[in-house]
Amino acid sequence: MAEAILEVRDLVKHFPVTRGVLFKSTVGQVRAVDGVSFDLLKGETLGVVGESGCGKSTLAQVLMRLEPPTSGAALFEGEDMFKMRGPALRRLRRNIQIVLQDPYTSLNPRMTVGDIIGEPFEIHPEVAPKGSRAQKVRELLDVVGLNPEHINRYPHQFSGGQRQRIGIARALALRPKVIVCDEPVSALDVSIQAQVMNLLGDLQTEFGLSYVFIAHDLSVVRHLSDRVAVMYLGKMVEIGTEEQIYEHPTHPYTQALLSAVPVPDPTMRGRRDVIRLTGDVPSPLNPPSGCRFRTRCWKAQDICATEVPALEVRVADHPSACHFAEERAVV
Amino acid sequence: MSDPTSATSEAVAEAGGGATLGKPRGLMGDAWRELRVRPLFWISIAIITLVLLIAIFPGLFAHADPNLGMLSRSRKPPSGEAWFGYDQQGYDVYARAIYGTRASLLVGLLATIGVVILGSVLGILSGFYGGWLDAVLSRVSDIFVGIPFVLGAIVILTSLNTAGQGGAVRIISLVVLSIAALSWPVAMRIMRSAAITAKQQDYVKAARALGASPTRIIVRHMLPNCLAPVLVYSTIALGAFIGAEATLSYLGVGLRNPVVSWGVMINDAKDYIRVAPHALLFPSAFLTVTVLAFVMLGDAVREALDPKLR
Repeated sequence: MAEAILEVRDLVKHFPVTRGVLFKSTVGQVRAVDGVSFDLLKGETLGVVGESGCGKSTLAQVLMRLEPPTSGAALFEGEDMFKMRGPALRRLRRNIQIVLQDPYTSLNPRMTVGDIIGEPFEIHPEVAPKGSRAQKVRELLDVVGLNPEHINRYPHQFSGGQRQRIGIARALALRPKVIVCDEPVSALDVSIQAQVMNLLGDLQTEFGLSYVFIAHDLSVVRHLSDRVAVMYLGKMVEIGTEEQIYEHPTHPYTQALLSAVPVPDPTMRGRRDVIRLTGDVPSPLNPPSGCRFRTRCWKAQDICATEVPALEVRVADHPSACHFAEERAVV
Repeated sequence: MSDPTSATSEAVAEAGGGATLGKPRGLMGDAWRELRVRPLFWISIAIITLVLLIAIFPGLFAHADPNLGMLSRSRKPPSGEAWFGYDQQGYDVYARAIYGTRASLLVGLLATIGVVILGSVLGILSGFYGGWLDAVLSRVSDIFVGIPFVLGAIVILTSLNTAGQGGAVRIISLVVLSIAALSWPVAMRIMRSAAITAKQQDYVKAARALGASPTRIIVRHMLPNCLAPVLVYSTIALGAFIGAEATLSYLGVGLRNPVVSWGVMINDAKDYIRVAPHALLFPSAFLTVTVLAFVMLGDAVREALDPKLR
C-alpha cells in the first residue's frame, strides 16, 4: 500500500453564529465539518460525496487553509499543515492546489489567460525564472488541451469547459503533489464533464498527482476515484474503495444515495430496490444527537439517539459509521 | 466544443464582428465598443472637450479683460460689443464666464480626485479586511454622512476662509478640501460594497490558495474589478461638485474675488436679477450645461460598464 501524503485527523470546522453589531455574542455554531479523519495516499484519488450542505466545500477550504480549522490536524508529508507559517506555508501552497467549482467566477475577468496562469510564478518566483515564464504558460495551456496562441485572451472569450481547463492549468503551474478538486465539473455540461474528467485522469498519470475529488454526483466520483468517502452533515459515514462503496455499501445513507442513481437499463425498471428517504437534512446548527442520520433512517433504534456510531470496520472490510451496518445490494 | 480552437474563434467572431479576430479585448474594450455608438456619449464628450479647452486657453475664446470693471457700462444688456452684456460692476459677462471656467472646473476636478482617492483607499481596505477596521471606518463615514453638506461646508469655510485673507490658491484649495472632506463617504461606501462582493469571488480564493499577499490581492484582483462603479460615480460627482462650488460661492463662503468662477458670478448677479437678468443667466447656463454633460457622461459610462444593462 502506498504511503499517505495527507493525513487528516479529527478535523472540525464550526462557524459561529453571532448576533449584535458592536457587542457580538455567539448564539450558536454551524457544525460544517465535525470530526473528519481520512488518509490520502500518494497518487490516489479520494472521492468525497454527499448532498449539498454536508460540509464538502468547507472541508476543501480548510484543507487549502483558506479557513482556519476549529480543531484537529492535517499532516502533509508528516508535518502539521495548520501550524505552518512563513516559508513553510509558502512551500505548502506549492504542494497543495485547488480547482474551484465555478469556472465563471474563478478566473479574474480583467486578467488575460497568460496573466492568470502566470500568476503562480509571480507569487513563487523561485519556481520559474522570469524569462521562461511565458514559455511555461504556453506549455501549461498545451498540457490542458488549449491553444497556446490564446495566451493573450480574456476569460470571457472562452467556454465553460475551456475556462475550467484554464483553472486546472493555474492549479498545475506550481507542480503540486495534491490537488483539491471542489466540484470541478458540476457547473459544466455533461458532454464537457467527461472531457474535463479525462483530462484530470491523464494529468494524474502524467504528474503523479493525488486528488481529493469533491462532488455530489456519485457516477462522476466513481469514474475517477480509487477510494470514496461519503459525508453526511459534517461527518464521514462510510469510507472504502470504489468497489466496496458501490458494490457493498453498508451504511444506510450510502445505500439510499446509490439507490437514487438512475440505471440506464429499462428492464430494471420497477425491479430495483429504491430507497426513498423522508424528511430534509437537519440543520447543522442543531444536529441530532447520537447518529446524525437517525432522523431519516429506517433502521433507527434507541441506541442511535444516545450513542454516536464510530467510523469503524463492522462488516464488509471497510469502515462504516452505523450501529447496524450491513451489506445490502442496491443496484 | 470538441475542437476548442474553433469554438473560441466563433466566440470572438460573435463578439467582435469578425474584424478583431484573435485580437484580445478586455472589459474596458467592450465598454468602449458599447460607448462609441451612443450619441449621448459623443454629445457629452463634445461639451466636456469644449469646456476643457476654454478652461485651459480662455484667451482664445475671449479677448476682453475679465477683471476690467467700468461703472459707466454697468448692467448694459447684451450687444455686439459684449455678447453677454455687462454686470453691476461693469465687468464683461462673456469674458468672465470664459475665464471663470477654469476655477469652476478646477474645483470640480480636484474635489473629485480627492473624493475618489480617499474614498477608494478607505473603502477597499474596509471591505477587504472587515472586522474592527471596517467597523471603525464605517462609523466614521456615517458621521460624515450625517453632516448636512451645505451646513458643514459653511462651518468649515467661515472658520477657515475669512475674507481678505490669502490668494487664489488658498481659497481654491480650502473649497476643494471642504467639498472632499464632506463627500468622501459616498465613494467609500461604493468601493466598500464592491470590495466585499469581489472578496468573495472565487478568483480571490484561488489567489489566496496560491499564497498571494494581501497587497497583491487588493491591487491585482480587487481594485480592477471594483473601480468601475467608483469611476461612474466620479463622473456624476464631478458635475455635482462644480454645482457645489457655485452653491458655496453663491452663499458667499466659497470662491471669491480675485478668483472668478461661475458661482462667484451668480453670487454677484443675484441681487440684480430684475434689472440685469443676463448677468445671472449666462453663467448659470454655462454651469447647467457643464454639469449636465458630466452627468450624461456618467450615465453612458455606467450603462456601458454594467453588463446587465446591455
